[in-house]
Amino acid sequence: MAAIETSNRPNTDEGGMGYLQSLPRRVVTVYLPLLIFVIVLLFPFYWMTITAVKPNLEMTDYANFNPFWVVHPTLEHIRYLLFETSYPGWLLNTIIISTAATFLSLLAAVFAAYAIERLRFSGARQVGLAIFLAYLVPPSILFIPLSVMVFNLGLYDTPFALILTYPTFLIPFCTWLLMGYFRSIPFELEECALIDGASRWQILTKIVLPLSVPGLISAGIFAFTLSWNEFIYALTFIQSSENKTVPVGVLTELVRSDVYEWGALMAGALIGSLPVVVLYSFFVEHYVSSMTGAVKE
Amino acid sequence: MAVPSAAIQPRSSIFSRILSRWSESRNALGFGFMLPAAALLLVFLTYPLGLGVWLGFTDARIGRPGIFIGIENYEYLWSDAVFWLSVFNTLLYTISASILKFALGLWLALLLNQNLPFKSFFRAIVLLPWVVPTVLSAIAFWWIYDSQFSILSWALQQMGLIDHRINFLGDPENARASVIAANVWRGIPFVAITLLAGLQTIPQSLYEAATLDGASRWQLFRYVTLPLLTPIIAITMTFSVLFTFTDFQLIYVLTRGGPVNATHLMATLSFQRGISGGQLGEGAAIAVAMIPFLLAAILFSYFGLQRRKWQQGGGD
Repeated sequence: MAAIETSNRPNTDEGGMGYLQSLPRRVVTVYLPLLIFVIVLLFPFYWMTITAVKPNLEMTDYANFNPFWVVHPTLEHIRYLLFETSYPGWLLNTIIISTAATFLSLLAAVFAAYAIERLRFSGARQVGLAIFLAYLVPPSILFIPLSVMVFNLGLYDTPFALILTYPTFLIPFCTWLLMGYFRSIPFELEECALIDGASRWQILTKIVLPLSVPGLISAGIFAFTLSWNEFIYALTFIQSSENKTVPVGVLTELVRSDVYEWGALMAGALIGSLPVVVLYSFFVEHYVSSMTGAVKE
Repeated sequence: MAVPSAAIQPRSSIFSRILSRWSESRNALGFGFMLPAAALLLVFLTYPLGLGVWLGFTDARIGRPGIFIGIENYEYLWSDAVFWLSVFNTLLYTISASILKFALGLWLALLLNQNLPFKSFFRAIVLLPWVVPTVLSAIAFWWIYDSQFSILSWALQQMGLIDHRINFLGDPENARASVIAANVWRGIPFVAITLLAGLQTIPQSLYEAATLDGASRWQLFRYVTLPLLTPIIAITMTFSVLFTFTDFQLIYVLTRGGPVNATHLMATLSFQRGISGGQLGEGAAIAVAMIPFLLAAILFSYFGLQRRKWQQGGGD
């Protein structure tokens, strides 16, 4: 995989003119604002975590306990969440739906992107533009007609309602991302293979796809995260508690009338966020470079 | 290199011969390759888009297909104060959140573009709010904004800045500010990381040349950074504006449009009328009313992109 380096930036002289700045000046103009940004961006997560392990007594008694810390951490909320609610089921639903939707979308997107970028059939440019425009159509406009369709097709309250509708935003996204990736693979490789008598199918499976594994990974992670985070379709198309996904389940089932189980809610939010956070932490470099399209030969 | 270029042999089964003849035509093959994506998108995207426009002209309810009633839904909405309030809210929400996201995101991008220790660590951290499901982080904000046990109120009280608890989500003005703040919190990482990617493509030598010519810090930013960043700013902000304008999740979690409809966006009103209230036709009409605004935003970005061609001397 030597042909593709994911981070190849033009400014090789690290730091540039940074040495011209004195240290105190840097502290005020760079480190201090950055520290404030990081604190503000991370605080809700800290607060989520600390609430998830806080006993109810400490949670509401700010006079005797400092709210920023927890004196007697407890796993009670997490135990309640995992054993007395349908949370594990929602987690499983979300995993199944996200994986299926991601797989379906990637499969369709690979072919579409290859066709638009390399087969150059007549009208490929227009189709590429149409795919881009399709990405700009927001779910908030589509959910009402889609709910009618889902109902008429008999998919209402089944995982298929979500598996089939999530590709509407995943395919345009993955296609667009993979088109950029395929563009970076040199034409010469394909020409060589064509001269050697390879078919288009062989070129795709034996040359293009092995070379675009990093692109496929980022597209896959994106798609998985987007379907994991999806809310409005899941809220509209799923009725029964056992078919819900994590975001919908946590919001609609854990919040009962006026008694808010804050500890369990926060634990649910935390555990529901972990999978995507873990995925990202492994592939954050891929992510940043694929966003730039900084994939060089 | 994992490319087996010599190992590929032409096979001679009938199937592959048909396949190879077929594959000689770019258009036939292109059609075949486009089929799965096109079918899914046509059925679940293009058709519902048309169906949505049609539903807007009917009186459909849940469980009852509607009949064509012309523009009655729109006439009703035109005289509906709540609808106009939601339009106003949506515009206020989009414009103020987008400006804040842009300003803070650009600032953060500039900070991260400095030569920092633990660069990739910071980048990973900063992305977190964007990665985590909106609904789940919104639930955390819900708890932070709690009327009784808000940590913000408590902290401000301890610092002696306020003397009674802030009612974050109960008061119309506060609720608007609170949802905008939560949206900005979630939106900053996307803007910052995309702009950071753009910043990293600007060669250092330009800054060095400008410094030799005696440019000040502000001039470096104004005449080197900003013009070179314009195309990526246009794309980033279009996406940001689109997603803010059609936002649903955050409002649904935090306020459900309340108090007294002060935070109802067009998307949440459409859901409330269309799904919760069962008036599919009216809900669809509200959703369709969002389209002109979205088109305006896309056109705006299109002209932003045009500028890129001009900057590169016509070619793209």
